[in-house]
Amino acid sequence: MSDATSGGAAVKRGGGTLQSTLLYVRQHWQLYVLFMMPAFVLTIIFRYIPMGGVLIAFEEYNPFRGVFGSEWVGFAHFQRFLSSPDFMRYLTNTLKLSVYGLLWGFPAPIILAFLLNRVLSTSLKQKIQLVLYLPNFISVIVLCGIVRILLSPTGLINMLLGTSWNFMTMPAAFRTIYIASGIWQGAGWGSIIYTAALSNASQDLKEAAVIDGANILQQIKAVEWPAIRDTVLIQFIMSVGNIMSVGFEKAYALQTDLNLASSEIIATYVYKVGLLDGNYGFSTAVGLFNTVINVILLIAMNEVVKKMNDGKGMY
Amino acid sequence: MAETKKKKSDFQRLPVEDKVMTSIGYIILGVFCLAIILPMIYIVLASFVDPVTLQNQGLTFDFSKWTLTAYKRVLSNGQIWVGFRNALIYSVLFTILSVVVTLLAAYPMSRDDFKGKGFFNLIFMITMFFGGGLIPTYLLISRLHMLDTMWAILLPGCFGVYNMIIARTYYQGIPKDLQEAAEIDGANEMVYFFRVLLPVCTPIIATIAMWNFVGMWNSYFDAMIYLNSASKQPLQLVLRSILIQSQPEPGMVADTQSTAQRAQLAELLKYATIIISSLPLLAMYPFFQRYFDSGIMAGAVKG
Repeated sequence: MSDATSGGAAVKRGGGTLQSTLLYVRQHWQLYVLFMMPAFVLTIIFRYIPMGGVLIAFEEYNPFRGVFGSEWVGFAHFQRFLSSPDFMRYLTNTLKLSVYGLLWGFPAPIILAFLLNRVLSTSLKQKIQLVLYLPNFISVIVLCGIVRILLSPTGLINMLLGTSWNFMTMPAAFRTIYIASGIWQGAGWGSIIYTAALSNASQDLKEAAVIDGANILQQIKAVEWPAIRDTVLIQFIMSVGNIMSVGFEKAYALQTDLNLASSEIIATYVYKVGLLDGNYGFSTAVGLFNTVINVILLIAMNEVVKKMNDGKGMY
Repeated sequence: MAETKKKKSDFQRLPVEDKVMTSIGYIILGVFCLAIILPMIYIVLASFVDPVTLQNQGLTFDFSKWTLTAYKRVLSNGQIWVGFRNALIYSVLFTILSVVVTLLAAYPMSRDDFKGKGFFNLIFMITMFFGGGLIPTYLLISRLHMLDTMWAILLPGCFGVYNMIIARTYYQGIPKDLQEAAEIDGANEMVYFFRVLLPVCTPIIATIAMWNFVGMWNSYFDAMIYLNSASKQPLQLVLRSILIQSQPEPGMVADTQSTAQRAQLAELLKYATIIISSLPLLAMYPFFQRYFDSGIMAGAVKG
């Protein structure tokens, strides 16, 4: 009898008795010591110890006295942040960036996948995909460098328009730049998952639809959309759950002193106030606020998924 | 040629309204592809044009106005080579470390009989939703005396829960017969894992390795906060000062006469810097392409 099945049987037989567990661990010590240990130790050190470090959000942190020696201030940092006039600005900047980003950015890969699915020649399709995936491998810094070059007062866009606007200093332009460059870079790569789902669409069903005289729009409605609907739904829910976690790197690389009115988001503010200004406690409080909202959103979205899965079971 | 003929006949068999729809689709895809390619071509061409000409009249195909100045200046500057060297070291080490840690951890998690699976699963999943944030992590790195060492950017992110889930799912797709056969032959876990399981998992190993390599090569945040010495900066930080802060390395523009000249040259250096820094990953792109399919699989797990 194989090890795996006897182990499985032991679980059933012995339930959770200490003895059978110890026996299992002794027989399979390599699984714990060699396989699991590195990941476990790294997780405890670099993920869980900082979680304990959020305590400094509730104190006036003093590096010399440490986490447990510093003076406790309760929710003072939170109160200060939530009552400051900047709070609403950073929060709305963060939310607008992600909500508008979702509205424009979410449909783009789905549309690309539908279009790719309609390319009749396989070799042409592969060539198009090669081009569409390419920007995904450009770094944030190079992407923002290209954006800054093209949008500079003497850059290509202004030359084509015959103007000399300085887009990078315009708060009104920041979100458009951020979202459009995001679609430019990510829509192609994002379409992979939908292309994969579309390739699972039943070929028989599609042929039957064609024989019945369905045109392309009818085929999409009857065959292709049902094939990717679940994927779209899950991707959408995951995006909504992550709405507060706008990445630091790109926002920071597109910031200029003059567009801060719309480009200062919570992530960049946490960095500036914490590491540049040295307000450790306050910065941690702001970061914790962001994380907590994010967790609440994720849990809420998870509940939505559960509800919908139940609904599906009823059909 | 046969290809075009076949395409034509496929296309011609469509009813009229579908022909229109398909054509519109082709046009949209074509426009999107052009929108991707044209800026890249523009940057490549502009990188060769004399800075004064470029600023006054834009791109020109009067080759007497073309120059290799920018490339010479960027390539003869030491800091960009330091950046390349460091990025290569960090990316290779990070890829090795993270692939090893992730593949190892995924194995027990893939076994049905592994005791403590629920516990480890919980420990790992929590980190996907909750974290200490910037300052507590920074203070920890500082306390561990890892500031301004490469371990600060290699170790904290080296175990990826998401990659572990992908690897675990892949292991679970390998027929159980293989394990049973190996155990009948007297192979223990180590032998089974290294001799039997890993060799059939190369596509997923390559995919995870590719993502970790590209991710480390392209990121700058961790390096920006943890590494202070110029000699330890990876490429993206060097690029950041040239492209984002418009502060080229002093040596690149030192001999220019006026501030205006210096500014023009700094602009031109950006074009050349973008080209030079993008070449290595572009050169690897055809190699990566082989693993896009397994990337699809990884994406399917996510979905």
